[in-house]
Amino acid sequence: MGDTFLTRRRSTPIFLICLAVLVLVVTLMSEPAGTGAISTSFLKTLGKTLCLCLVAVAMDLVWGYTGILSLGHMAFFGLGGYMIGMWLMYERTRLIVAESLAGAPIPPTDGEIVSAIASQIFGVVGSSDFPLVWMFAHSLPLQLALVVAVPGLLALVFGWLAFRSRVTGVYLSILTQAMTLALSLYLFQNDSGLRGNNGLSGLQNIPGLSGLPQSVISLWFFWGSALALALGYIFAAWIVSGKFGSVIRGIRDDEARVRFLGYPVEGFKLFVFTVTGIIAGIAGALYYPQAGIINPAELAPIASIYLAVWVAIGGRGRLYGAVIGAAFVSLVSTWFTGGQAPDIDLGVYTIQWVDWWLILLGVSFVLVTILAPQGIGGLFDLATRRRRKTSTGPDAGSLRAPEAAE
Amino acid sequence: MRWVQILAVLVVALMPPALTAQEGASLAPAEASADLDEIQALLQEHRELIEESSRRTIAPAIDALASSGLPAAREVLRNWQEKELWQRQSDGLFFFVREAEGDDMVHLIDIATGEVVGTVDDGDLDQLKPNSGIRGLIGGALVQFQLRDDDPAMRAEGLQAIERGPEEGHLGILRTMIQEESDATLAARAERLERLMTISFGESEDARIEAIASFRGDTGVDVRAALNPLLATRREVIAGEAPEQPEGNLARELRPGSEALSRMDAYAMLVSADLAPAPMDASAQKSALAANIVDGRVGGIPVAELNTVKARDRAYIALASAGTVAPAATEAEIDAALESHSFLEWYRTPSADITRAAETTLGSIELALASSQGADLLLDALSLASIYFLAAIGLAITFGVMGVINMAHGEFIMMGAYTGYVVQQFVPNYTISLVVALPLAFAVTFAAGVALERLVIRWLYHRPLETLLATFGISIALQQLAKNIFGTQARPLTAPSWLDGALSFNDIISISYIRVAIFVLALVFLAFILLVLNRTRLGLEVRAVTQNPRMAAAMGINTSRINMLTFGLGSGIAGIAGVAIGLFAQVTSELGQGYIVQSFMTVVVGGVGNIWGTLAGAVLIGFFQKGIEWLNPSNTLAAQTYMILFIILFIQVRPRGIVALKGRAAEA
Repeated sequence: MGDTFLTRRRSTPIFLICLAVLVLVVTLMSEPAGTGAISTSFLKTLGKTLCLCLVAVAMDLVWGYTGILSLGHMAFFGLGGYMIGMWLMYERTRLIVAESLAGAPIPPTDGEIVSAIASQIFGVVGSSDFPLVWMFAHSLPLQLALVVAVPGLLALVFGWLAFRSRVTGVYLSILTQAMTLALSLYLFQNDSGLRGNNGLSGLQNIPGLSGLPQSVISLWFFWGSALALALGYIFAAWIVSGKFGSVIRGIRDDEARVRFLGYPVEGFKLFVFTVTGIIAGIAGALYYPQAGIINPAELAPIASIYLAVWVAIGGRGRLYGAVIGAAFVSLVSTWFTGGQAPDIDLGVYTIQWVDWWLILLGVSFVLVTILAPQGIGGLFDLATRRRRKTSTGPDAGSLRAPEAAE
Repeated sequence: MRWVQILAVLVVALMPPALTAQEGASLAPAEASADLDEIQALLQEHRELIEESSRRTIAPAIDALASSGLPAAREVLRNWQEKELWQRQSDGLFFFVREAEGDDMVHLIDIATGEVVGTVDDGDLDQLKPNSGIRGLIGGALVQFQLRDDDPAMRAEGLQAIERGPEEGHLGILRTMIQEESDATLAARAERLERLMTISFGESEDARIEAIASFRGDTGVDVRAALNPLLATRREVIAGEAPEQPEGNLARELRPGSEALSRMDAYAMLVSADLAPAPMDASAQKSALAANIVDGRVGGIPVAELNTVKARDRAYIALASAGTVAPAATEAEIDAALESHSFLEWYRTPSADITRAAETTLGSIELALASSQGADLLLDALSLASIYFLAAIGLAITFGVMGVINMAHGEFIMMGAYTGYVVQQFVPNYTISLVVALPLAFAVTFAAGVALERLVIRWLYHRPLETLLATFGISIALQQLAKNIFGTQARPLTAPSWLDGALSFNDIISISYIRVAIFVLALVFLAFILLVLNRTRLGLEVRAVTQNPRMAAAMGINTSRINMLTFGLGSGIAGIAGVAIGLFAQVTSELGQGYIVQSFMTVVVGGVGNIWGTLAGAVLIGFFQKGIEWLNPSNTLAAQTYMILFIILFIQVRPRGIVALKGRAAEA
């Protein structure tokens, strides 16, 4: 093997091997293919977590490596989910409608089928016509294309507007947050064409696979999510390892200086922003069929901030850090809020973790930010005895050249 | 006692004439007696009607009483209305009564003199119980007495009665009253009411038109209620062209397929006037086809092929030509039928002059309404702007002056609101509790702000993005803490009663006192902040640190202390804003979250580091949001969406906000 990006960064092959082992173990322990030690619902949680890891990798690329703190990537994630959800819902309703109309003495016309589907889907928002945005919902290939195109286009247009007017730093963060809020408020309207706050539901039922048990479908989605994460990780590792990676890290550390060197900074930022938006969209398209329901609350600004929190806790500026952060925080969060964590009895007051988990998360997040900006990923530096003198990241005196060779 | 009445009516109705005469004779002594006073005589004259007590026939009796001019007539009517007129069974005379000592004993009071004329068992009396219809008629008759009353309150009550249910007969009474009225307010009110009634009941067309014209630009709801019925229309379909000289008051001719009359509505009018056969809709066609399946075929077409509209039409035409089903109107026939008929809309008011006058007046009213609504909208926008200003000004100080994004700012607002709530639990007087809560909220959030600055933010001054995230961590922790302490349901923060109600200028322009108070509070804070920043030593040092922290430190300013105090000040103002916002919004743990993005937008649009910029940003955003809501009133969510889009585009034009800092500080 020559000097490829895979060998230059030891972390990438290690990560891929770990992922492969995880997939193998989970498959062997799953209900349809193994011992059944892992329940279907936990299998779904694992599959969803892998999708969250993928969007965290995208977030790390845009924040940890390019220095753009985007508070809008969960909006792209949600949009991807909506795009696939439209086809899932349309096709499933079509099958149900076709079945119920099959018994009629006169076979239904295409128009009748479509209007029956529309009144099924939009009855809850008091409408019975398909809005324009559903024009491709009948076709899986077109809707799959939209999974990539819609978040990508939104990221492209928004990024172009923002970067060309040189909005940077916290301004950009607030602007992305405003974009997310605008999008979720828009989707909350009943006449947005996406069922308002009802969102899209029943997405776990894959049309045409109704004969298969959910456990099998969950396993397929788990495999799909793992594959997507692996490909996304390899892609991200490839991006950050070459010259391109050096330029975007340069932009993160001192944008003006990179610009003076003659690099088209806006182009680089726009590329990273758009590509990560697309990755987020794909992750969302894999996530929501496993979650079963999507509604505008999923796109609220807070979701994107949580994404940043995961990456920060995991350790930004290193791809495996983002994955660890997303997996760790979301799984621990599920554990605490699911009521499985034991209550702590203090005598005068019983700490119920359902109520106190968010406080613990908030406080530990603050502590991580102040005391351990490397996040959980920093532990690996301790283990490999390669202690850094300074931190990575856009801050004064951070580590730059060695990071590229990591 | 009701059955007694019914029985009495029955007896009178069934009684043979002779018997009635006999009874009349037995009453003769009473009627004959010379001392039967006028009012009693009048009552006796209409006794049968009164006893019959039917809404249809009672009118002459009431009119006679009302127009008799007798001094006691009013008292009789009022008592009658209130079911306090009694009739003696033995001779049919009417009395008022007053309770006497002893079981069921009452004093009889003579109507004319008001003197007690005897004490009897109430079993010997019948109480008159007019039904609600009759009581309404009596009320109408009483109005004229009320209008002549010496007491202005009574006259006002009379006017109100007319306003509620105007009748033609009231017009004369009202005109008499206007001439005699001494109270200017009442006279004006009566005069307006007279004009309003002239619109409907005026004697001549000219008088009515004049009355209609006199209301130009009057935004009162009552005017529109009087005018709109004049413009009521009905629709008619006739064969052929519309007449050149229409008989009646033609409003307009409708074209089928226009906005006012859709094509199918027009055809439905034809069908209901029996001028055309019913059209065939898809479901009727389908059931007709389903009913005629023969050997898996309909009209010769296999059932399986009937999955297109064209095939179904062909099958139906085949059935119709075979005579199995009634032929349906085809599209071409519908068009032809619509073409050969005219659709007319007539005013129900026959006079064209009146409808024209009403239209002119309504047009001018619309204009006045629009301008009033515009003024109201301006007030709303101003109030929204002051709310945004209050919510954002603390942020403008911390973000603008220190460059620190405080995501927990919204939670400081919430903290202030909850402080107000807690104070109200201990101080029951709302006014005093508000006076206590405002400084206390400032103190609490000032302390929280200082603690946040000391514990978290000072470690992150050179890492703005991480400050954002760390304060976000604080924000979720504080929100959850508030949820754990106060629960998820909304807590009331009640405004003192002098803040209840609204300041209204007319029917449309009004603004609640709470919003006025918030506007005043916003102005006070603007003045306060400007004073602190421009006239105090602290302000001088704050400005120095803003412009160049290192140079300021070199001049001996303790920048660390200034940062702490600035942050405390900004947070404290958020607390006071929280009390103000809590007065009109629900106090929940998510109270602040709703304002945080808007606050950031206000600061960013206004321009960082400048109080005037924040003011400009708040005004711009407040007015813009209200403007969008006005264009699309049903949808405030859309308004927010468009507003955020607008802000994103605005940043394109002015990336540093409306009031941009210049020089070195701009890059800091």
